Amino acid sequence: MAAAEFDIPELKDDIEIPKLREGVMAHAKTFPAGQPVQDFMGYPHELGEDWKERAIDKMGDLLGKYRSLKVFMDACVHCGACTDKCHYYLGTSDPKNMPVARQDLMRQVYRRYFTTAGKLFPKLVGAKDLTKDILNDWYSYYYQCSECRRCSVYCPYGIDTAEITMAGREILNHVGMGQKYSNEILSKVHKIGNNLGLPGPALEDTLEGLEEDIEADTGVAVKLPLDVKGAEVLLVTPSADFFSEPHVESLIGYAKVFHAAGISWTLSTHASEAGNFGLFNGNYESMRKVAMRIRDAALELGVKRIVVGECGHAWRVAYSFWNTLTGIGYGGNDPFSIELQKQLDPTYPQPQHICELTNDLIKSGKIKVDPSLNDDLVVTYHDSCNVARASRMGTEPGGQFIIPRELIKSVVNNFHDMADETIGESTFCCGGGGGLLTDDLMEVRVKGAMPRATALNNVVKEHQVNFMAMICAICKAQFTKVLPKYGFNMSMVGGVHQLVSKAIKLD
Amino acid sequence: MGLSTVTMIYAGMFYLATFLLVVGLGYKIFDYSRTPAPLKIPTTPAPTTRQGVTYRMAKEVVLFESLFKANKWIWVFGWMFHFGLLLVLLRHLRYFTEPVWFWVGIVQPFGKYASIMMVIGMAGLLARRFLVDRVRYISTPSDYLMLVLLIAIGLSGMLMTFVVHTDIVALKAFFLGLMYLDVQPLPQDLTLLVHLALVALLMVIFPISKLLHAPGLFFSPTRNQVDNPREHRHVAAWAARLDQKN
Ligand code: HEM
Ligand code: SF4
Ligand code: SF4
Repeated sequence: MAAAEFDIPELKDDIEIPKLREGVMAHAKTFPAGQPVQDFMGYPHELGEDWKERAIDKMGDLLGKYRSLKVFMDACVHCGACTDKCHYYLGTSDPKNMPVARQDLMRQVYRRYFTTAGKLFPKLVGAKDLTKDILNDWYSYYYQCSECRRCSVYCPYGIDTAEITMAGREILNHVGMGQKYSNEILSKVHKIGNNLGLPGPALEDTLEGLEEDIEADTGVAVKLPLDVKGAEVLLVTPSADFFSEPHVESLIGYAKVFHAAGISWTLSTHASEAGNFGLFNGNYESMRKVAMRIRDAALELGVKRIVVGECGHAWRVAYSFWNTLTGIGYGGNDPFSIELQKQLDPTYPQPQHICELTNDLIKSGKIKVDPSLNDDLVVTYHDSCNVARASRMGTEPGGQFIIPRELIKSVVNNFHDMADETIGESTFCCGGGGGLLTDDLMEVRVKGAMPRATALNNVVKEHQVNFMAMICAICKAQFTKVLPKYGFNMSMVGGVHQLVSKAIKLD
Repeated sequence: MGLSTVTMIYAGMFYLATFLLVVGLGYKIFDYSRTPAPLKIPTTPAPTTRQGVTYRMAKEVVLFESLFKANKWIWVFGWMFHFGLLLVLLRHLRYFTEPVWFWVGIVQPFGKYASIMMVIGMAGLLARRFLVDRVRYISTPSDYLMLVLLIAIGLSGMLMTFVVHTDIVALKAFFLGLMYLDVQPLPQDLTLLVHLALVALLMVIFPISKLLHAPGLFFSPTRNQVDNPREHRHVAAWAARLDQKN
């Protein structure tokens, strides 16, 4: 099916706050999941007679399980501080893409069914009965949120629209309105072990091919081991690293780092995916099930360390949730987590980000690099939203901003940051995160990338930047696709370890 | 000595309003605290220690730090309003304490002029609701009415402070009487009656409205969680049951 035509936003000198244009993105509807996928996930595949009760029941269930949802539903004062913070609002000017308006799509229903004021005076407090129109609005606009948490930085109560989007999608799942893209990926990861549905033998082939390429290129036999019992490190990386461009360049980078540092490591067929789409749907059990593959692989292979490759939401799940979900981490005092934690080497953080690992190795002189090998590049760095606002690296708050930059600056000579209000905790999402990286949402993706494209355009004009480094598989895939629409060359996009790979000395 | 009907109505009204406020707010706080936060979701960069979180929270409560990052206009008006409100409330403590606490005495002159700051702040917030298209879009009738209610409370109070003084001694006797279950006559001028009725209304709607932002902030997981998920295993009770099945 041909995608509908749409205008590409024009890049201005500054990111301007648009005037409202109501309803302009109401038509954006991601493809619904078909019956086999919904069946597999245990959800209905169409609205049943009782859809309204199911929706309200699920909402009640989630309100009882998640304090975030309950508090966020009540606390918003409609102050408006978040209204101009979402890249999708900035890029589309549809008011329902303002974070608070996105929340209100659910809040209006919450107020009607769960609050005294909304039961007694619905008009006064903007409470509404749940209707099919509202459900359709949810389906449109909860799939125009990349769960990037930019709004939560600015809200005086920290209201995180991502939490509400996740709950909204989970309710939609429960009434039979799942998203094709995310739910197909989830079923692939459960059946095969990774999001791309790449089976074990194919993975083995791919890795062998890469080993040959590296050797042809460098003359050094750098290995990409798979399922090696007793390796020190288990590397868990997004499956896109295995054969998407430019992702694979970073995978080569990790392999060279392990090789140069003499660390024994392995990938795993069972855990050949760091990404965890369970996050996007606000389904704890599903997210846990996906994460359990990593624990199982770690136990089976008997590794001492677990390292995570370049992937934003994967790092959020790994850093923030793995310990909770699967016991990968420290401080557990229950048999379930102790079983794994006693196996892990306590001198390293668990899990560890590949940037933490590489940066430490370079700083301690265990691997050598020559930044002049990247002198053809003028580099900037895109902070991926999940790394920036939902995780950390190193021991200090904000290490997630410092460590990747330190690492980049040690392997390149020319580095310029984009404008302050577009990086760090204020970073703009690439526009394709949170389950939106699908062609059926291309208009949302392109328009949502406008703020980042504007910031990039400014450093291109000012400093002749020709490479934007990042540590997220989704960002890489999204930018290589949408930046060309803004007139940038897709070779500008690449991983931090792609830069490491070029500068590292192997011998 | 018989008490007037108006006094009886107002006494009853304040008992009821206080009861609803305390029970309503108590229930909400209880409900928030019993609802688990199964995952670590602080908005990072976040403090890595409990003390750090206390400091972060204090900055949010006292300075509205996140709001300051977001929007200077809302911050200026919002902070004037709340800080004004705080001083005004503290000043009101003199109607409920005998002898008046030392520091409540010191607050008096400040509280008097803080009311002006408070009303200007609210007027600014109200103006934004009309003038900024994004804020107008998200505003419900209750958002306007809440500000109108507070402004009306503020203006009627200021009217008594600066223009038509009421019998403060008798008013204080009325409130102390309420506190010691010995109802005393309420001075009956119109401004005071309006002021008090609106305050009682505010107390009643507090626990069922967006005023829950005040307790809500303290329970917001993105602000009150420590960023230490690699070092400490954080598991909610309902989620811990899943571990046993493995
Ligand atoms: C812990 C105590 C409190 C904190 C930290 C707090 C913080 C805030 C913040 C940051 C805002 C958003 C900015 C603004 O619009 O002013 C706000 C709004 C508001 N607050 Fe509070 N607040 C507190 C207590 C109260 C109390 C006790 C009241 C009333 C009796 C109140 C009434 C309001 C109202 C009506 C608004 C909405 C203003 C508007 O319509 O724009 N707040 N509060
Ligand atoms: S989480 Fe990100 S995408 Fe979603 S509403 Fe907030 S700013 Fe927009
Ligand atoms: S900043 Fe927070 S309180 Fe203000 S409108 Fe947005 S979500 Fe509501």
